[in-house]
Amino acid sequence: MGLFVAQLLTGLANAAALFLVASGLSLIFGVTRIVNFAHGSLYMLGAYVGITLMGVLPGVVGFWASIVLAGVAVGLIGVVIEICVLRPVYRAPELFQLVATFGVILVIQDLTLMVWGGEDMLGPRAPGLKSVVRILGEPVPQYDLALIGITPFILLGLWWLITKTRVGILVRAATQDREMVGALGVNQSWLFTGVFFLGSALAGLGGAIQLPKGGADLLMDFSIIAEVFVVVVIGGMGSIPGAFIAAVLISVLNVFGVAYVPQSTLVLMYIVMAVVLMIRPWGLLGREEKAGEHGQVGEPQRPIRPAGWIGRSFVLAVVAILALVPILGSTFAQVLITDILIFCLFATSLQFILSTGGLVSFGHAVFFGGGAYVSALLVTYFNTPMELAFALAPLGAGILAIGIGWFCIRLSGVYFAMLTLAFSQLVWSLVFQWGEVTGGDDGLVSIWPSKWLSGTTAYYYFTLAMGIGGILVLRHIMHSPFGYALRATRDSARQAEATGINVKQIQWMAFTLAGAFAGLAGGLFVFSKGSIFPDELSISTSFDALIVVFLGGVKTLSGGVVGAAFMEGAKDWLTRLEYWRLVLGLVIIAVVIIAPDGIVGSLRKLGERLGIVREEESMQ
Amino acid sequence: MKKLITTVAALATALVAGSAAMAADSIKIGDINHFKRLAAFAEPYRQGIELAAKQINDAGGVLGRPLEFIHRDDDGKPGDAVKIAEELMTRDGAVMLTGSILSNVGLAISSFAGQKGYIYLAAEPLADDLVWGSGNKYTFRLRASTYVQAAMLAEEAAKTDAVTYATIAPNYAYGKAAVEAFKKNLKALKPDVKFVTEQWPALFKIDAGAEVQAIEAAKPDAIYNVTFGTDLQKFVREGTTRGLFEGRKVYGLLTGEPEYLEPLGAEAPEGWYVTGYPWYAFTDGPAKQFVDDYEAAYPGETPKIGSLVGYMTAKSIAALITKAGSTDTDAMLEAFKDLKVATPMGEITYRSLDHQSTMGAYVGTTAVKDGKGVMVDWSYKDPAPYMPSDDEIREMRPAD
Repeated sequence: MGLFVAQLLTGLANAAALFLVASGLSLIFGVTRIVNFAHGSLYMLGAYVGITLMGVLPGVVGFWASIVLAGVAVGLIGVVIEICVLRPVYRAPELFQLVATFGVILVIQDLTLMVWGGEDMLGPRAPGLKSVVRILGEPVPQYDLALIGITPFILLGLWWLITKTRVGILVRAATQDREMVGALGVNQSWLFTGVFFLGSALAGLGGAIQLPKGGADLLMDFSIIAEVFVVVVIGGMGSIPGAFIAAVLISVLNVFGVAYVPQSTLVLMYIVMAVVLMIRPWGLLGREEKAGEHGQVGEPQRPIRPAGWIGRSFVLAVVAILALVPILGSTFAQVLITDILIFCLFATSLQFILSTGGLVSFGHAVFFGGGAYVSALLVTYFNTPMELAFALAPLGAGILAIGIGWFCIRLSGVYFAMLTLAFSQLVWSLVFQWGEVTGGDDGLVSIWPSKWLSGTTAYYYFTLAMGIGGILVLRHIMHSPFGYALRATRDSARQAEATGINVKQIQWMAFTLAGAFAGLAGGLFVFSKGSIFPDELSISTSFDALIVVFLGGVKTLSGGVVGAAFMEGAKDWLTRLEYWRLVLGLVIIAVVIIAPDGIVGSLRKLGERLGIVREEESMQ
Repeated sequence: MKKLITTVAALATALVAGSAAMAADSIKIGDINHFKRLAAFAEPYRQGIELAAKQINDAGGVLGRPLEFIHRDDDGKPGDAVKIAEELMTRDGAVMLTGSILSNVGLAISSFAGQKGYIYLAAEPLADDLVWGSGNKYTFRLRASTYVQAAMLAEEAAKTDAVTYATIAPNYAYGKAAVEAFKKNLKALKPDVKFVTEQWPALFKIDAGAEVQAIEAAKPDAIYNVTFGTDLQKFVREGTTRGLFEGRKVYGLLTGEPEYLEPLGAEAPEGWYVTGYPWYAFTDGPAKQFVDDYEAAYPGETPKIGSLVGYMTAKSIAALITKAGSTDTDAMLEAFKDLKVATPMGEITYRSLDHQSTMGAYVGTTAVKDGKGVMVDWSYKDPAPYMPSDDEIREMRPAD
């Protein structure tokens, strides 16, 4: 009994920081509809600022003042980010802002390394709360009890702010219908800035308040972000009490997971997330999404048509140049372009469901990595010939997509995105923790192509054929009746339904197709690298794909290819620099601000304005 | 599409220009590491390499040519590391590869090196599979193997009367291998030991309070710890606060390494038996010489185990190329057979049996002195007696 209570208390104490960070993210999303990937970075900054302040301010008062000041400081950093980076892109297509926040992550990572150095910092203990209290004979740290005591007050304070004040009324109104709030004369920019301040400050507080239980290090930003997403989604996006309940649920679950299934702690969390979303798609206390249900936000999408002769000859010329690379360029050029082509195919498969289908997947890497693992497992355990293993990669990924799609397409909008994230993380954690079969973190190695393909040039041509072929097939499907039906479901599910289109079935098929093509890219990937590791299934690979699609232009057909080529090229060139993440982050932010319609979309508009392209021609 | 062409065209030009202008002067070594993702460990390693390179070049270089290391960041991603490896070898004119701390990146480079016929000296990766289960003709490893270090701790543990053990290790391949090696060796020495609980926190995501409770609930006589970095910090803090370590012997793999012990400051655990690197305690010989050189080269800094590994990596490569007499891959492969290198730890040999170096480890007991965690009563242990037998290794290692 004593142990049980003590475990419960540990879980509750752990929930404190998680709740703070998650409530901030939830608040920001609720009002501004921005999925702030950089929220983990704000949490990390809170920890670093807090640790620095605690070194300066002495005693009990200094300790608690440091935590509050860290919150305020990070809040102000959030304001700077909002004004400089996000404000210029509010009018961009939905979710485009997440690309900007990704740039912010990179910038903050390098700036933190510059300012505080690389060494992990241990947080100071809380003055006056250094020892334990015995509860039913079990030792419970005093600071844990302090955290358990403080969290409800923060919840109460937020609740009061949201329900009882004018600011809160505006925030709630904006959460429900921000256009209406704007129409009623509320200055939206300052409302958004204010919410960003509050959300960032909460993340900063979270980072500072966990210091006595941990410290500050450079990996904090990514290690908390997945968990925070889980909490926000389970609690319901935009709901603060929901975030509290979910944070407690996840933390307590983790503690008991450690005690009873120590091998599978990661898997547990994602199973809970998937189950909750299947039963209550909008989370425990979230509201069903109303906005954006009919059609898309922003300017309407243009109709598409197959490329004209200029477009076709242009593509042909590119393919011809690529085919000549082995003769003109070096070995490394082939390796680099192989990488780029694989990534382009992967991005195009995401663009297929994202742009044409309007289904934003946050977990597309599960099919890329899934395809790669299918091949790798076959080669490792059954000595399958490479050709067969490769062919089964898209098939395996497609089957996986049928399964995951069956659950996901019941939902729409951001809840669809979150459920795909849950499933991809579930598969990732399974692969990661089921070491006996998948090799866990050490992956599967020695997965090489057959003799006839083992040369760099041979594999280059193979990738060129498969990659360009795959991209062209996907483009062709976009222009086929199936593609038209898919676009109809995107633009108006109701009208599509009325014209006799089976909306869910079309979406399910599109999801499966996209999965299969991502699997094809994964198959190409594993045989080009010779090894596969769980990273390729992880959240960051999904985000990479998402970012290049938005960067290239979500309302275009070639955005994925262009974005992927731009990103891989920039990365290869920049990683030689000492602070390449800073530069890359700034480049991404600059592109986002200069080209809010993505690279292709903005070039097209520029072309139209200059009169180089006529409107009806510019539908690539 | 336009962007793609520009990128490709720019690249093509750069490639042609680059290969023409390749300086035939220095001998280039490609070094791939996670300089950003694991800055705390990779930076001392780079400084160690550069110190050795400077010493080698001041003494006239290798084969009359200067030795140059090209450091590249892989962001901790195996896929990127493989791409960079190819780039280093074919575009930058490197003659061999080295680097990596993370096991998965090391394994990826190793498999790639084996496929392409590039020599790869794995400096720091912890996975023993590099030279055993997944070993290949072109991959060599410097750092003392996990198996050996675990066996050293098991030997010490077997001397006590502790019977029940708890283990805590990060839930990934290195952690699992470390626990397995400890269990195997301890059981061989003392068959009646029992492992009452095994804890597997996710790497860098430890829930320290819960882990400490779970171990306490199992009431073990002793604890075997494999956590490191921030996981270790949190584990030590919660464990000390909740009194987990009182009256229990703790065996800590790598816990004594400055990278992990120093951030703990005055809160460093006392009385743990650990492997590590007591650079502050050397009084003479090459070990002390290295510490002095390092502190002179990098004022205000103290050497880490990464610095030592980096230094020994560069020294090994210099010895290798000198012995081979050329930078030809076959000549270097031949020269690697039982290559002997003079290092701050004494002379080490790259065994032709499994391509593993005979770099040993320092073991000792932790203590706190002047507000810092240190190792006392330490000694240097040669790895040979702790290795699996030659036959066992031949069994594990695939044929070349």
